[in-house]
Amino acid sequence: MGAHHGPAKGLTRWLFTTNHKDIGTMYLWFSFAMFLLGGSFAMIIRAELFQPGLQIVQPEFFNQMTTMHGLVMVFGAIMPAFVGLANWMIPMMIGAPDMALPRMNNWSFWILPPTFLLLASTLLMEGGGPNFGWTFYAPLSTTYAPPSVTFFIFAVHAMGISSIMGSINIIATVVNMRAPGMTYMKMPMFVWTWLITAFLLVAVMPVLAGAVTMMLMDIHFGTSFFSAAGGGDPVLFQHVFWFFGHPEVYIIILPAFGVVSEVIPTFSRKPLFGYDSMVYATSSIAFLSFIVWAHHMYTVGMPIAGELFFMYATMLIAVPTAAKVFNWITTMFKGSITLETPMLFAIAKVFLFTVGGFSGLMLAIAPADFQYHDSYFVVAHFHYTMVAGAIFALSSAVYYWIPKWTGKMYNESMGKAHFWISFIGFNLTFFPQHFVGLAGMPRRIPDYNLMFADFNMMSSIGAFIYGASQLLFLFNIVRTITHGKPVSDPKVWEGGTTLEWTVPTPAPYHTFTTPPELK
Amino acid sequence: MYLQAKRLFKLALSPVLMLLSLFSTGAWAEQAERWQTNMAPGITEVGHQIYDLHMWVFYICVVTGIVVFGVMFYSVFAYRKERHQEPATFHENTRVEIAWTIVPFLVLLFMAVPATKTLIEIYDTDDADLDILITGYQWKWKYEYINPNGDNISFFSNLLTDGAEIANTEDKGSNYLLEVDEPVVIPVNKKVRFLVTANDVLHAWWVPALAVKRDAIPGFINEAWTKATETGVFRGQCAELCGRNHGFMPIVVNVVEEPQYEAWLGEKQAAAAEIKELMAKDFSLEELVERGKSVYTSSCAACHGANGEGGVGKAIAGSPIATGAMKEHTARVVDGVPGTAMPAFGSQLNEVDLAAVITYQRNAFGNNMGDMLQPVDIYKFKKGQ
Repeated sequence: MGAHHGPAKGLTRWLFTTNHKDIGTMYLWFSFAMFLLGGSFAMIIRAELFQPGLQIVQPEFFNQMTTMHGLVMVFGAIMPAFVGLANWMIPMMIGAPDMALPRMNNWSFWILPPTFLLLASTLLMEGGGPNFGWTFYAPLSTTYAPPSVTFFIFAVHAMGISSIMGSINIIATVVNMRAPGMTYMKMPMFVWTWLITAFLLVAVMPVLAGAVTMMLMDIHFGTSFFSAAGGGDPVLFQHVFWFFGHPEVYIIILPAFGVVSEVIPTFSRKPLFGYDSMVYATSSIAFLSFIVWAHHMYTVGMPIAGELFFMYATMLIAVPTAAKVFNWITTMFKGSITLETPMLFAIAKVFLFTVGGFSGLMLAIAPADFQYHDSYFVVAHFHYTMVAGAIFALSSAVYYWIPKWTGKMYNESMGKAHFWISFIGFNLTFFPQHFVGLAGMPRRIPDYNLMFADFNMMSSIGAFIYGASQLLFLFNIVRTITHGKPVSDPKVWEGGTTLEWTVPTPAPYHTFTTPPELK
Repeated sequence: MYLQAKRLFKLALSPVLMLLSLFSTGAWAEQAERWQTNMAPGITEVGHQIYDLHMWVFYICVVTGIVVFGVMFYSVFAYRKERHQEPATFHENTRVEIAWTIVPFLVLLFMAVPATKTLIEIYDTDDADLDILITGYQWKWKYEYINPNGDNISFFSNLLTDGAEIANTEDKGSNYLLEVDEPVVIPVNKKVRFLVTANDVLHAWWVPALAVKRDAIPGFINEAWTKATETGVFRGQCAELCGRNHGFMPIVVNVVEEPQYEAWLGEKQAAAAEIKELMAKDFSLEELVERGKSVYTSSCAACHGANGEGGVGKAIAGSPIATGAMKEHTARVVDGVPGTAMPAFGSQLNEVDLAAVITYQRNAFGNNMGDMLQPVDIYKFKKGQ
């Protein structure tokens, strides 16, 4: 074993570390903290929407909550959580000793805490925090924005730098540091999905940076990119934003696909079905994500040719996505399945993400979208894909790999309780939102007509249940670390086949200092 | 474990079953609208087409879901380790994989064709019988009826719901947050074209029953159209986040028979003529203050507070503008303050109301300037620019 030097002691271990496992751990804890913060914003939103009328917050603060909830969940919780998994698992899955660029890795992480502190501090500033939605459409986010918007722009820039560095690191690691004999088509699916995601990130984060820079110029330096009065166009903002934003949603979901592509074969004790087609499907989804952005803008008044192009391209995404779902199901077919917590979350992810895929297909139909657009139907749709698609996959990943990380086994009953409470809470929250959306309730409103009252109350109760279940998750993780039953079998799970299951449990501080032999 | 699988099965399918039962029994549509679970077809030909398209795609999804989830839950149930110790080892089958790429593609074609047809119809805004220019403001709608043979008729449409209902100190009516002081009126069975734009930020004009949703974009004009086949009152809301009172700028459309529409239009024209006459009138301070108070409530109070105490906007009570030079004050109200939330009211209010509201602001909330402005002064102010 090459672990002749272990981690440094004290705080400097975490500040100066270049170890992929330490950095992965910090990413995961940071994202969990952000998940709870973003979740608490969601609780405020759902508490206000529990009943019609204004009870708890004023509309201005409500708008800040919807905005910050989206920003914190997307940029603070989901994305860093997957980067944390990538840091921990990619080197161990490809037989590398560490990430290719360890110092940059440290910096990528340490940019994030001050950035989100800055973003959260805008809530205390005069005029309040960002209140223009996580999509920050101009001119509400420029001419009409609160003064804190400049801090918001700075925060987005910083997150972008962090993401770009993180993804360059992942590309460099996967391209250069695979163990001898590990060809691209032998890489674990999680590594494949992350490689593709990293390319998406490098391609689109600069576009987001461009969008916020144009905002900055409009606000402070007298340009008019997004103001018709000065010769600009507010719709330009939406095109630029969604050119980033649509690949962004795949940046969130592709690593989640990777996770379930690892978990399902392990607990089915059967190899992933259609590995090659999985790689091609993921690549096709990534490619298509660049040419469908304007389906977020069907009502903006595009020419019909543009509208049709984006509708057809969007519908096409259903083909590779369906292939992936079929592959997962066929992997389970004739397997030898056990339902430990990671598997429960993975199955629920496939099921609920597919439900979100169906509503996505409905939303792709441009004429029908004239009724769905900006209604709660959209809110229901993207929470089925983001929460059930990404967060369920993250929960699955944590339960799946935590024995490897800590050398302790989590409490299975508590894990299952977490799953079932999440599952019920989630569906109770978001399923009724399809109904109110179809009945005509717009999104991002703090108050509503009585006809929407019953389903909104249901939705709020579900949200409180879902929120509470995450505290159980936190408790289970902490308890695993402090009191978990020790595991020493390198394999942990009977069906584990990838390289991380060949190193000792818990994984030593340094793994694969000499590359493994691949058959 | 077996029990758990059963539970998973039931729970997982319950939303699908619930949805199916809701859609398949027409009875639900008849029940109280507060349990409305589906899109309503509305009162237009296009709306029915959209509804049919929505249901068509939905049913395809349901059938696909039953097959896919059926296989999935069957696998989870039948190939449990206790029952199936030896897993199979197959991991690819090119034929199957090609088939399940081609079949979804073909299914998509069956959705794309009707969708294209409906979209082309939605985009056909030609040959309208009537044009209405809709302008979104923070946080109200302005409707302007384009009259090729004379003056246009225009008016603002504000939320009517009482603040006490929103603050839960009074019972909420059935049209809570979906009622306005002046609905837009359109004739039945006529093709009405909406020209949609905005004055400040983005808004979106959405009336589900008309199947119209169009973004209102400052500096650009979007087109949409409708042809209502039934009379009645239909309600909608702004659908694009537009700031603080985004949830409080509803839309009410009154679809009436053509003679009623003509009568309504006549009244509006008469009222406009009356304002024209009032332009020349010399008002007393009391008259101006009285008129100004109601203008203030509908146009200023949202930002400056019901008692001029300020809020998003600056305080009016004791403000250096409202107690300063008349010309500065007039300029502030008529031209607004560029780059802030204070709009140019010169384009929103008529001269009579502008004179009244400025006079009111100078003589209310403890501001005792005692001076006043006549409509003709506003007219001159605007001309002088």
